[in-house]
Amino acid sequence: MAEERRFRSACGAPIALRRRQHSASCRELAVRGPRLQLRSLSAATSAVWLAAYGLFALSENSVVLSAAIFISLIGLIIYLHFIKIDQESLLVIGSLGIQVTSSYASGKESTTFIEMGQVKDVVINEAIHMQKVIYYLCILLQDPEDPQGVSEVVPLFQSSKPRLDCLIEVYKSCQEILEQRKTAPQSS
Amino acid sequence: MVLKVFFPSCCSLADSGILIGRWLSEQSSAVVLAVVHFPFIPVQVKQYLGEVQHMTKVSVSVLGSWSNSKQEKEEGLSEFLEDLGTIFSHEPWIQISKEGDSKFWSCSTLQKHSSSPKEEEVILVYYDQRKVMLSHLHPPLDTADGRAEDASKLSAIFDTVARSRVLFMTDRYDEGPIKLTHWQSEGVEASIIVELLKQASVPACMLLTFLLSLVSGICRSRVLKFWPLSFLRSKLSTCEQLGHRLQHLQVISSNKKAQTQTQLMRKANIFVSLLIDVALGILLMTWLYRKNRIGHLADTLIPVADHVAEELQDLLQWLMGAPAGLKMNRALDQVLGRFFLYHIHLWISYIHLMSPFIEMILWYVGLSACLGLTVALCILSDIIALLTFHIYCFYVYGARLYCLKIYGLSSLWRLFRGKKWNVLRQRVDSCSYDLDQLFIGTLLFTILLFLLPTTALYYLVFTLLRLLVVIVQGLIHLLVDLIDSLPLYSLILRLCRSYRLAAGVKFRVLEQQDGKPLRLLMQINPLSYGAVVQTYRLPTYSCYPKDSWASLCKKLFLGKLIYPWKHKGEKQD
Repeated sequence: MAEERRFRSACGAPIALRRRQHSASCRELAVRGPRLQLRSLSAATSAVWLAAYGLFALSENSVVLSAAIFISLIGLIIYLHFIKIDQESLLVIGSLGIQVTSSYASGKESTTFIEMGQVKDVVINEAIHMQKVIYYLCILLQDPEDPQGVSEVVPLFQSSKPRLDCLIEVYKSCQEILEQRKTAPQSS
Repeated sequence: MVLKVFFPSCCSLADSGILIGRWLSEQSSAVVLAVVHFPFIPVQVKQYLGEVQHMTKVSVSVLGSWSNSKQEKEEGLSEFLEDLGTIFSHEPWIQISKEGDSKFWSCSTLQKHSSSPKEEEVILVYYDQRKVMLSHLHPPLDTADGRAEDASKLSAIFDTVARSRVLFMTDRYDEGPIKLTHWQSEGVEASIIVELLKQASVPACMLLTFLLSLVSGICRSRVLKFWPLSFLRSKLSTCEQLGHRLQHLQVISSNKKAQTQTQLMRKANIFVSLLIDVALGILLMTWLYRKNRIGHLADTLIPVADHVAEELQDLLQWLMGAPAGLKMNRALDQVLGRFFLYHIHLWISYIHLMSPFIEMILWYVGLSACLGLTVALCILSDIIALLTFHIYCFYVYGARLYCLKIYGLSSLWRLFRGKKWNVLRQRVDSCSYDLDQLFIGTLLFTILLFLLPTTALYYLVFTLLRLLVVIVQGLIHLLVDLIDSLPLYSLILRLCRSYRLAAGVKFRVLEQQDGKPLRLLMQINPLSYGAVVQTYRLPTYSCYPKDSWASLCKKLFLGKLIYPWKHKGEKQD
């Protein structure tokens, strides 16, 4: 079963949260950010090419034009492949682990899987980001030596930065599954 | 706890049988390694499993039953499979059944001695057996046999599959009593080229070891320990690089097989790096010798050296005049300027003396580029060092003069104030001087102070020149280091067979159906390129400058000689 709801990110951009329940102990939560707009792409390309034409008019060297085309192509590829994140998703499989995936606009997916034994808890934290105070969801990893300590904090949804209402939904879904591991009897 | 069954995707089409694998009780997971088909004799199966367990040290056992029925469900078969559960007692007994071509299997467990007889959720995780067997998890854990239990869950699974290689050696063409299905059951994979290379490598290694022992014997002989040769050896970077490569060759040609994966990767990296280096070197050599480019290079070398000397002479004439509008002390200026000019005159004479032989020397030296691109770059760096030797000499003269002056000034300044440096106590103490000591001290202090700008200017100019040369040499050495330390084999492996270097796993949720167990596909998440380079970098012999910027500036100010690029073997100043 899947459901989708609209929220806003910390900057005000519209984002969508999609929840899917695959089974009793497996849930997938995906936050999709706004797609790349054609008008911003055309604006950037036109700006670069106008500047190149200006330089060409000054210097009479046609290398400037081919360099501008080259730069805009390479810049677009780098932006789509390394910078623009389309969707960030969280797959919580009770008793296996939590998987965090970021999908880029070019189709590349970068995944990290954290085993359940390493996960201490999933919490909402506050942080000072530039001039704002924002909320973010993070996974606390267990310190192997100290059972009460936290060895690492893994922040989630860093590129889409949803607001508190969206984070609460995600938090509730995660906690329902994480609670199951506390109530499940430990096998001998 | 939720029961997790790791099922190899190659066994999805296997006929009915029983599942063998490893049960990890602390995680409640079953790793299925193979399917044993009917007919079999239980005693023989148990015996075979005992043998496998003895050879691999993995506790392989019968986990459950697998039924792949092409037609409708046969009632008799299911009872038969349950009875098997009593023969091979395993807690819990897993029963997986697939009907026809359906993707959705049903999986149930039989618990005889369970305290809480409730319906357990089952997760079915498909994995590619061959890829999991061949891959290595990073960061690698020390798996001594006893400590494999408290390793993380995933590494336990990878470990199980990797160590059960001997189980995958029997294919269905074997005449044994047991018929298995696993990833290699259609026939054991082997490559003729790999086998031939393995056979050929043993005599090749022995030959290489013999040659290397000869070469290292010559290098270590008493002849080369005499003063001029040993001094040259320590100063020339070509010899360092050759020694480094010799060490690498020794590592490759050793007879011992690599014990751990790290050692194997290092050997492979060194081998590929050497190969590429030599290939690039030979390419460079053919480029240089075609159209006699090396002759042209030798022809331009003398004019370039002349040009550099002329520029230096112009510079000194400028310094002897009024450089940048500053007024120098005429007498000292003329003395220093003439001294350095004479030096340059000597240098040019030497160069002109050598000029008939330069072409021949360069031709033979260029041949050594076939030993590798790194050797060629080191030779280039050494040629630059030799050609700019006069700049180095000037720097040393200027620095020593300036250093003397600074020390003299500081000591006489202390005298001016009535203090003295106490060598025993390593501190400044007050001291009462006689009148004539004070008089001469003040006189000398004044002389040194007013001569300071001249010396300082010469020192500044020559230090800048020396730094320029050092930067150029440093860049060349950086390039050599890069070629030396880049783990090319690991990078190519990451590009072509990315499953071999695993940073972790990723799960993909497959189509689900209500009432059936959750289906997941486990894939290998490869290591990123940056992590590959960081893990498998080859160590090099050069260490980067130990001085921070502050101490470097302090040394420059005081006139101490700087050697920014030191090698690991050399003694520190």
